[in-house]
Amino acid sequence: MSSEQATDESLAVTASTDNAVPLHTTPLNDLHVSLGARMVPFAGYSMPVQYPLGVLGEHLHTRQKAGLFDVSHMGQLRLVGPQSAAAFESLMPVDVVDLPVGKQRYGLLLNEQGGIIDDLMFVNRGADLFVIVNGACKAGDIAHIQAHIGQQCEVIPMPEQALLALQGPQAVDVLRELNPGVDDLVFMTGAPVTLAGIDCYVTRSGYTGEDGFEISVPGDQATALAQALLADDRTQPIGLGARNSLRLEAGLCLYGNDIDTQSTPIEAGLNWAIQKVRRTGGARAGGFLGADTVLGQLDGHLPLTRRRVGLLATERVPVRDHTVLQNEQGEVIGEVTSGLLAPSVNRAIAMGYVRIDCSTIGTTVNAMVRGRAIPMVVSAMPFVPNGYKR
Amino acid sequence: MIKYTEDHEWVKVEGDTATVGITVHAQDALGDVVFVELPEVGATLAQKDTAGVVESVKAAADVYMPISGEVTAVNEALRDDPSLANSDPLGAGWFFKVKLSDPSQLDALMDETAYGAFAQ
Repeated sequence: MSSEQATDESLAVTASTDNAVPLHTTPLNDLHVSLGARMVPFAGYSMPVQYPLGVLGEHLHTRQKAGLFDVSHMGQLRLVGPQSAAAFESLMPVDVVDLPVGKQRYGLLLNEQGGIIDDLMFVNRGADLFVIVNGACKAGDIAHIQAHIGQQCEVIPMPEQALLALQGPQAVDVLRELNPGVDDLVFMTGAPVTLAGIDCYVTRSGYTGEDGFEISVPGDQATALAQALLADDRTQPIGLGARNSLRLEAGLCLYGNDIDTQSTPIEAGLNWAIQKVRRTGGARAGGFLGADTVLGQLDGHLPLTRRRVGLLATERVPVRDHTVLQNEQGEVIGEVTSGLLAPSVNRAIAMGYVRIDCSTIGTTVNAMVRGRAIPMVVSAMPFVPNGYKR
Repeated sequence: MIKYTEDHEWVKVEGDTATVGITVHAQDALGDVVFVELPEVGATLAQKDTAGVVESVKAAADVYMPISGEVTAVNEALRDDPSLANSDPLGAGWFFKVKLSDPSQLDALMDETAYGAFAQ
């Protein structure tokens, strides 16, 4: 038996496989080890891929109760100054200026060709814009932001903060025990919240499709908070393996797999992330890096040749990343970018890019798995209904 | 007699027939097995040929023929419940049976002690 696809490779955006490069650790490293985690390199960090419960068990637990994720490898930063929102808009096709205080939004950093440098979440906290970016991209993102808008606002990385995610239908019940104020948050909002005596910033959002929270906590108090959350019987620690299967079922992109600098937001089907005010004809249309390409593809001036779609197999055969997709005539029309046997769907699901004439929902394409054609139907995402509290 | 390959298959020999599966170490490294692909009964395969596939939520791996021969049976129960490869890898989680065409190939495979050291 030989592994075609090592665990860390299939999950990592830029896994460090060079043992000579020391891996970073998060403030929760000792806790992970004491919980029996299997640690792997991910985005330059040693991260838990699974705990003794196992990937399947962790996935299903998160869908039923509450899962605790250490996502401290992700980058946290603040943009400060009266011009910060306007400046940030010059890097993203997103409405930043009109975002009310306490609201969170999804954003995309673009290059001049409209390719995606990273995807991110940001909150208007009043005193600053609080931004969370992907771990593997954070150094590049901070350099990019600093270079383009460093003269217009302060760009302040927050390496002293850890980040925990508590996800699942009972996450709110668990967090309420530490502070009943979390009930006041709804999906994509945030607030400063004291949890177990620790000053945190909490948003009601996540990467699983479930209701849940992301908690920015000082690194030196992160273990205490994690232990307080794990003391609740409803909470289990969840590793990167289940994080990946949960986010794919939720139809959410993994940067480096499903989106990268070679894909535009329109090819990626992320049109919903571009508010009307930034589109052609909007009050603040364009004015961001890559606008010509992105708005051209959006308003139809430029041809769109491919699109990211969801794929659902009719057989119970896993279809992995990089599997070639063909049409019924045997022409290559695309490639899978993420795929697995979905624990909560109990079928093979995937997302990938297909030629535009094959991107309509209901179209059948063939995934070529070990020389065999596995029919997959272009399907709406998410693959499981989301549980967001709106 | 049980022998082991460097690719983490085990081979249990009874007369001229061998039963093949993946080792405890292999299933532990893979994690929760969710899918197996088994060879066709009646297929004649050479040592090192790809005989099947085992996949977990996080990884996929080929299963190779540890020894040359004809596939005489496959474990249909494993196809229906791939988690048997985790819960009982050396028993109910067997993959297929082979009628040996060259039993001398067994001599080059590892015994339990050698495999235990190899898998460390």
